[in-house]
Amino acid sequence: MGEKKSFWKHLKAWVDGEEVILDADKYIVSRSVKEKKNWGGRYSMENIKGNKKLYGFLSVAISVLFIGIMLSVVNDLPEFGNPSNPANNEVMERYLESGIEETGAINFVAGMILDYRAFDTFGESNVLFLAVMCVVLLLKKDKNNYSEKEEAENWEDDYFDENEKRPILKVGGKLLAPLIILYGIYVILNGHLSPGGGFSGGTIIGAGLILYASAYGQKKMQTFFTFRTFTLICVACLLTYCACKSYSFFTGANHVGYEIPKGIPGNILSSGFILPLNICVGLIVACTMYGFYALFTKGDI
Amino acid sequence: MSAGIQIILLVFLVACALAVSLTKNLFIAVIVFMGYSSIMAVIWLLLESPDLAITEAAVGAGVDSVLFFLTLKKVHYLKGTREG
Repeated sequence: MGEKKSFWKHLKAWVDGEEVILDADKYIVSRSVKEKKNWGGRYSMENIKGNKKLYGFLSVAISVLFIGIMLSVVNDLPEFGNPSNPANNEVMERYLESGIEETGAINFVAGMILDYRAFDTFGESNVLFLAVMCVVLLLKKDKNNYSEKEEAENWEDDYFDENEKRPILKVGGKLLAPLIILYGIYVILNGHLSPGGGFSGGTIIGAGLILYASAYGQKKMQTFFTFRTFTLICVACLLTYCACKSYSFFTGANHVGYEIPKGIPGNILSSGFILPLNICVGLIVACTMYGFYALFTKGDI
Repeated sequence: MSAGIQIILLVFLVACALAVSLTKNLFIAVIVFMGYSSIMAVIWLLLESPDLAITEAAVGAGVDSVLFFLTLKKVHYLKGTREG
């Protein structure tokens, strides 16, 4: 039990970024002075630097080897566009023939990724969420990850954001950011009718948010987008996606019969769950993009 | 006409890819990478996949480069900034 507890303590200290060695004083007394190993001679820095030509040759040789392997594989691939290729099987015909009927989406790609292959898209959204969680874990500022120098720099940044005159950036941001965000919303909402969809529209909205934040500073962003909003939107969207798709799976797979009406293909309110799923994916992607930017600049959203 | 444009774009694409890997200056490498993404977006459009073109333009040329610049700033690479 005691050992487990100390392991837990170690893990907690490591996650919090504190001193990894517990009872550091005892450890320093107990450890003996390390002998200086004689790395010299062959492995000295000068010798390694002197071998630059060899390393260059080796890197080129390995690259050529890999390129050769790849090209030989490409040589064995079936011819592009051949009708008897294994990729041209009945799945594609089914998509092309009854795609509109079954999904209700005019945009085949949206019908595929959000209806036939909705589980893949769910995994992708989760991957994005995990990526932003990792960045939060590494870069977010809290009481354990804090230095006065960075705080002073942040204060300086805020001061310049408020008081410096940057007319091109500020006027450009004011004029362009709403248009970019509006275009992103259009792309998301028309995901099942025209090219685009959740991911594209989400990145466009994220780019607009980044433009606004870089022009007006993070303090102004925090009036409507805080860490709390970020967490709520991400988690709520993932849960909504999960619930919608679970509903489809349970009712569809068991032939219960409570299907979502498909509507008339071409209307904005049609194609079942694709529109809400597009909105969910778009919101997650937009939050993730802006979250990356905010965490990289200030260490806080 | 279209084939000529495509050949020019592909030549630019290869040139950009080589330039990114050969340049010593990371700042220039990121800017050339932005150019690469823009060319790639046009090529996606010519290959009739406009949704990929939208995503490539927004992610490759927009958000990616911003993240690269921020990383360069974090590792004290950019000269002329406070961290540089």
